[in-house]
Amino acid sequence: MDDQKIIINGNSFSFTAGETILDVARRNQIDIPTLCYLKGASPTGACRICVVEVKKARNLMPACSTPAENNMEVQTESPAVIESRRMSLQLMLASGNHNCAVRGSDGRNWTAFQLNVQDQDASDDLCPVWGDCKLQSLAYRYQVSGETFPATGNKYPMETVNPFIIRDFSRCILCGRCVQACNEIQVNNAISIGYRGADAKIIAAGDRPLKDSDCVFCGECVQACPVGALVEKDARYDWRPWADKKVRTTCSYCGVGCQLDLHIRDNRIIKVSGTEETPPNYGSLCVKGRFGFNFIHSEDRLTTPLIKENGKFREASWDEALDLTARRLSEIKDKNGPDSIGVLTSARITNEDNYAAMKFTRAVLKTNNIDHCARL
Amino acid sequence: MTNTIADIEDADVILVTGSNTTENHPVLSTFVKRAKQFKNSRLIVVDPRRIKLTEFSDHWLRPNLGTDVAWINGLMHVIIAENLHDPEFIEARTTEFEALKAMVEKFTPDYVETITGIPAGRIIDAARMYARAQAGAILYCMGITQHTTGTDNVKSLANLAMLCGNLGISGGGVNPLRGQNNVQGACDMGGLPNVYTGYQKVTDEAARKKMEKAWAVKDLPGQVGLTVTEMVPMAHEGDIKAMYIIGENPLVSDPDLNHAEKSFANLEFLVVQDIFMTETAQLADVILPSACFAEKDGTFSNTERRVQRVRKALDAPEGAKGDWEITSEIARRMGYDMFYETSEEIFEEIARVTPSYAGITYDRIDSVGIHWPCPDTDHPGTPILHTAQFTHGKGVFHAIDYIPPAEQTDDEYPLYLTTGRVLYHYHTGTMTRRTEGLNERVPENFVEISAADADKYRIEDGGKAKIASRRGEIIAKVKVSEKAVAGSVFIPFHFAEAAANKLTSAALDPVSKIPEYKVCAVKLSKAA
Repeated sequence: MDDQKIIINGNSFSFTAGETILDVARRNQIDIPTLCYLKGASPTGACRICVVEVKKARNLMPACSTPAENNMEVQTESPAVIESRRMSLQLMLASGNHNCAVRGSDGRNWTAFQLNVQDQDASDDLCPVWGDCKLQSLAYRYQVSGETFPATGNKYPMETVNPFIIRDFSRCILCGRCVQACNEIQVNNAISIGYRGADAKIIAAGDRPLKDSDCVFCGECVQACPVGALVEKDARYDWRPWADKKVRTTCSYCGVGCQLDLHIRDNRIIKVSGTEETPPNYGSLCVKGRFGFNFIHSEDRLTTPLIKENGKFREASWDEALDLTARRLSEIKDKNGPDSIGVLTSARITNEDNYAAMKFTRAVLKTNNIDHCARL
Repeated sequence: MTNTIADIEDADVILVTGSNTTENHPVLSTFVKRAKQFKNSRLIVVDPRRIKLTEFSDHWLRPNLGTDVAWINGLMHVIIAENLHDPEFIEARTTEFEALKAMVEKFTPDYVETITGIPAGRIIDAARMYARAQAGAILYCMGITQHTTGTDNVKSLANLAMLCGNLGISGGGVNPLRGQNNVQGACDMGGLPNVYTGYQKVTDEAARKKMEKAWAVKDLPGQVGLTVTEMVPMAHEGDIKAMYIIGENPLVSDPDLNHAEKSFANLEFLVVQDIFMTETAQLADVILPSACFAEKDGTFSNTERRVQRVRKALDAPEGAKGDWEITSEIARRMGYDMFYETSEEIFEEIARVTPSYAGITYDRIDSVGIHWPCPDTDHPGTPILHTAQFTHGKGVFHAIDYIPPAEQTDDEYPLYLTTGRVLYHYHTGTMTRRTEGLNERVPENFVEISAADADKYRIEDGGKAKIASRRGEIIAKVKVSEKAVAGSVFIPFHFAEAAANKLTSAALDPVSKIPEYKVCAVKLSKAA
């Protein structure tokens, strides 16, 4: 079976049964652009961006869902392929509020269009995912604008009635990635493609708001959305890829240890995303990991040591608080013995913090009375 | 976990018990759901509540609270009686099989039904399904451990896995799901009364000598110390005089809170190091403000023993300091020279004194974490434990009899209460309740009750109910739910103002010292 060969752009590659044209191409660093394709989910071929020319086939074939066959000859950037991709992109760009410069590069109706979108979005800015949009980058790659076809109107109003996710149907290209992310990656089965044809819409629970559906706000759909249709509510028109730095870290909630990227500007977290293609979570997060970070910037954070006097706390300097702590612990240790002191270290702090607390308890306090809330 | 998270998708059968996985480990639950939906795995859920995962399961067994040993013994009875066990594995890798066999003999499906309420036929079906798997994974969480028989429950699950040869293989294992980001790491780092890092025993003289040398001290104590659940009553008696509490909020998370509060108030000196003014911090003599995870460098160890990097993304608020820096400052003021420049320097010391972490460096885990044990810097880490042999040679079957939970219902307290978490909140709520969106989804405490019980106690959905146990009472909103089964109710413990742990019992497992959060007796009435 191993000697099966497929020829891509004139070069021969071996493949194993079950691999798609896209699989073989990606494995060999051949760039076939995709839009709706979502790794880990079953390919749908919905967007037709990954089409390739297969010798003797009547039509162009989607690489993501066409199995490789022995002696198949494939062209990934032939004139017919490019023409098809350009048309697909032009149709998508005409289909909604894609107000990046690409949309108006023909310069005909840009001003009226942009003003209209600004009005709907209540923002003076360009699209909220400008610079982080697959459609935009493909439009640049294939040098198309959005004014080849007449613009189609927006059928469905924006959904804003939940704390986490804005659903902007005007920017939805119906690629179905969110549906796959929800049903095949997270398996929450909260959304699907509803209605038919030109009326098609991504719906939750018989077309109700997300908050009244099975949605658990994991945000997998937001991360999967290639355009600006699904955006974090708090980050919309705030997060900009060029302005923010990204720091990879480990989530601080449950024990799964999801890898996440904190998007930071001016010492604030603007948004959180899952680190793609990395264990243990491979980009997935839950509602707490993705949206539960506001506590970090809470006004309630403790910012000065406090000492209780006569039943009331007063502010103290670090030196004073640390001296008092050391003195009282020493006194109690000397008077009542080391085992009269107990330490609770924490399942929330780092290994290094825990090690320091453990060493302090045993080497300085000289007791083994140390525990944490693993039992609670 | 003996196995990895990704490994779950390789299981033929997944048995999930005492874990509301979709709410408490949401991302891990996606592996379970995908295995079931797309990879032909079978799923058995054993849980007293009709949790979300039961919608995906082939079998949902609904045991009475606190009867886990009985159903597990019941499964093993069927497996042995029908000759579905793995004699080769048992012969090669285990001892004491005969004792187990003798014990489970009386746990016939009919007998188990009388204890657990699970129909005998369901026990047989589930036993056959688990035993016939090429690779069967067991996932469990606090619904197994937070019982007076928690240790027995865990050993029973280990018995079941060994009986079918489901250890040391991909897609198998006995996998505890750890509920806090670094609870694995806190244990690994010796944040326990009986061990140093990497589970080196304080009672072992060689280990003590090694640590004395590494830390340049003499006379490290050789007696096992106290657990948190022992410290609290001793504070009450006046034998514990001072406590230093870092990043924990026992005044919401401890059992029988009314008693716990008196104990902490009785301390001569309490120092609390935290990011917020928690319920516990309110009682402190000194509060030291610390930095949160996004403000520091370091490592966490996840539930699959994977050591992963934590990176500083933000500056801590002015006035707050990192935890190890604060602890080192106190140590220095007590005359011990504890000084580190960076967290990496501490990690290097950890690796030097901890065989299971010896081969891990910040460089090696920069992009992907490593599973311990990792004995040297060429070692790739150990995703699956016990592949060739168990830590102590052969696996020992423990013959375990069923013991009922410490507290039973009676005429006055006719309902069972079990506690846990909900998706939108975390532990004592100090973080999630300060996040608006999460609070909007679940703004207040509730008691989840079946429609039948709501009728019986004349309580309406959305109204308020008073829930009382022998130790305390709280008021919570009523949520009539299909998740609840008649006779038992559920209350999450996140909400300090109506703390579920005012009701819970402080009865402990005699070995693990874990409180029986998952079973106590309560009564319910409509609140005015």
